[in-house]
Amino acid sequence: MDPILLLTQALNGLQLGVMLFLMAAGLTLVFGIMGLINLAHGSLYMAGAYAMAAVFAWSGSFLAGLAAAVAAAALLGVAIEMAALRLLYRRDHLDQVLATFGLILFFNELARIIWGPAAIFVTVPAALSHTVEILPGAPYPAYRLVVIAAGVAVAAGLYLLIARTRLGMLIRAGASNRTMVSALGVDIGRLYTAVFALGAGLAALAGAMAGPILSVEPGMGEPVLILTLVVIVVGGIGSIRGAFAAALLIGFVDTIGRAFLPALLRDLLAPSAANAVGPALASMLIYLTMAVVLAIRPQGLFAARTG
Amino acid sequence: MRKVLMAAVAGAMAAGAPAMAQETLKVGFVATFSGPNAALGEHLLQGFQVGVDHAGGKLGGLPTEILKEDDQLKPDVGVQVVRKLIDRDRVNVVAGVVFSNVMMAIHKPLTESKTPMISANAGPSPIAGKLCSPYFFAASWQNDQSHEAVGQHLQTKGVKRVYLMAPNYQAGRDGLAGFKRYFKGEVLGEVYTAVNQPDYSAELAQVRAAKPEAVYVFYPGGMGVNFVKQYAQAGLNKDFPLYSAFTVDASTLPAQGEAAVGTFTAAFWTADLDNAASKRFVADYRKKYGSTPSTFAAQAYDAARLLDAAIRGAGGKVSDREALAAAIKTAKFESVRGPFRFNTNNFPIHNFYLVETVKAADGSLEQVNRGVVFKDHADSYVGDCAMK
Repeated sequence: MDPILLLTQALNGLQLGVMLFLMAAGLTLVFGIMGLINLAHGSLYMAGAYAMAAVFAWSGSFLAGLAAAVAAAALLGVAIEMAALRLLYRRDHLDQVLATFGLILFFNELARIIWGPAAIFVTVPAALSHTVEILPGAPYPAYRLVVIAAGVAVAAGLYLLIARTRLGMLIRAGASNRTMVSALGVDIGRLYTAVFALGAGLAALAGAMAGPILSVEPGMGEPVLILTLVVIVVGGIGSIRGAFAAALLIGFVDTIGRAFLPALLRDLLAPSAANAVGPALASMLIYLTMAVVLAIRPQGLFAARTG
Repeated sequence: MRKVLMAAVAGAMAAGAPAMAQETLKVGFVATFSGPNAALGEHLLQGFQVGVDHAGGKLGGLPTEILKEDDQLKPDVGVQVVRKLIDRDRVNVVAGVVFSNVMMAIHKPLTESKTPMISANAGPSPIAGKLCSPYFFAASWQNDQSHEAVGQHLQTKGVKRVYLMAPNYQAGRDGLAGFKRYFKGEVLGEVYTAVNQPDYSAELAQVRAAKPEAVYVFYPGGMGVNFVKQYAQAGLNKDFPLYSAFTVDASTLPAQGEAAVGTFTAAFWTADLDNAASKRFVADYRKKYGSTPSTFAAQAYDAARLLDAAIRGAGGKVSDREALAAAIKTAKFESVRGPFRFNTNNFPIHNFYLVETVKAADGSLEQVNRGVVFKDHADSYVGDCAMK
C-alpha cells in the first residue's frame, strides 16, 4: 500500500481523534462525577463555533476568537448547570435525557434566531491557509496540523491537571466515589460547577477549532455528539485516560474504514454489491468496534469506578 | 374638488364592478421555510413574488391570493399542508416545493384531486417518467439534467479520468448515474459517503492518491459547505478541478466563500444571461431584495410567469381545473432561460450552461455563464411517461 497515503490517513485519524477527545473529556467527567447524561454537550460545541465565528469576524484575530469561544461557553456552561442541570442530578437518567434533549432544541432554535438558518462563513486564518509537505508529494493542510498539535497539548495539560493538582484530585475522587467526597467536607456543588465549566470550555474549543473546517450552522453539534457518546462508552465512563485512548481508536477506525474499506470490498465483491455495501459498512464500523469492546470489557477500556 | 373625488370614487366603483363577477386566484405556495434549508424556500417565494409584481399583482388579471405553507422538509408535513390547501382553502393551483422527497409525497393527493402543481424546483425522476400527470408541471428542470450537463461538458472537453463522490442516498446515486449517462471516460473512484457526514479528510486523501483529471461531486446544503471548504484547504483545487451540481449555489456560496472560486457547475440559467426577460427579472429582483437572484428565484419567477400566461389562455376560468391544466401545458411565456417548451411529460426542453464561480472586481463572488453545454435538452425519463 502507498505509504504516503497511509501516513496522510493516519494524520486524518489522529486529527479526528483529538477533536473527539476534547468533546469526550468534558462529557465523560460530567457523566462520571455527576452521574448526569448531558446530551446538550453538542450545543456547547456549537456555541463555541458560533462565538469563535462572531469574534473572529469582528476582531480579525483567530486567537481572540478561540479565547472568546472558550470563555463564553464556560460561562454558558455555568449558567446551564445552575439554571437547569442542578435540578436533574437526583432524577433518573431518562429524565436527564429528556431535559437535556430539550436543551438541544432550545439552543438550536436560539442559534437560528440569532444567526439565521443558513451556514455562516468562517475561514482558516491566513497564516495557516497553506498546505505543508509532510513528506515529498504529501501535502497536508497546515491548519489541521495545528489542530492536532493543539489537541495533543490540551490532552497533556488535562493529564497534568487531573494527576497533579488539587482540583484534579477532587475530580478523580468524585469519579470513583462521590458520596465519600462530599462526606469528607468538599463542597460538591462547587466541584460540579467547576467540572461542568471545564467540560464546556473543552467542547467549545473543539467547536471553535472545527469552525473553519466544518459548516457552522444550527444543529452542527449532534453528529459529533453521537461519536462522542461512542467514545466515552468505549473508553469507560468517567475515565479521562479511557476517553483519550477511545477517541484515538474511534478516530483511526472511522478514518481507515472510510478510506480503505470500500476499495477493499471492490476487490472482493462485484462492483455493484461493493458500492452498495461499502459505504454502509464503513459508517457502521465504529459501532461494530463499540460492540466488540463492550462484549469483551462491558465496563469499557478503562473503567473509572471499580467495585 | 369634492366633485372630482366623487367622480373618482364612482369611476373606481364602475371599474371594480366587473371584478365582482370575476374569480379570485388562490395559489398554495408550499416550500421549506424552516430548518437549515429555509433560505431556499425564501428564494423561491421572492422569485415568485417578482413574477406576481410583473403581472401587476394580478396573475392572469385575477385578484391573487398567495397562501404560504411550510413543509419543514418533512414529507408527512407536506402532505398535511397540501391536503389543507386542497380541502379547506380550495386553492386553484399549488406551486413551489424545494425537495424531491416532499414532492414525491404530495404528488398523489395533488393529482388525485386534479389540482394543477407547478414545481419551482424539485423534478424527481418518477414524476418525469411512470408517474407523469397532466396536472404536474415543472417550471424548473428534471433533477438529472444538471448532472448530465456536467457529464457532457467533461466528455466534450476530452477529460478521460474522473473521480465521483456523493452522499449515500437515492438522490446521490441518481445524480452520479445521470453524470455517467453522458460521461464515457474512466471513473477512477465512485465514493458514497454517509449523509450529513461533516468531515471528508479521509476521502479527500484518496482523491489525491487517485490523481484524476477532474472531480465531480453532488453535496447539497451544509454538506456542500463542508466539502468545498475542505477540498480547498487540502490544496486539491489547485491540482484537480472541482465540478459539482447543487453544491455551490446561492444558499451555500456565502458560507463557502473563496473556497468555491474556480469550481464549475451546470445550470439552466445564470443571472448574466442575455435576454430581455432575464434582464428585467434580474433588475427588478435586485431593486426589491438588494441582491442578485439565485437560480431558485429564477425558477419560481418562471412558475409565476407560466401561471400568468396560462390563466389568460384559460380566459380567467381558474375554477375549471382540467381547463387550467390544459392551458398551462400550452401557455406561451417569456422564460428567463430563453427557449422553453414542455415535453410530453410536462418537463421543460431547454438549454444547459456551464457555470463558473469567480471573484468579481469588487471582491464579491459571482456565478458566471461559460457557454452552452446542451441545446434543447430533454430529460431521460420521458420515454417512461404514458402521456403523448
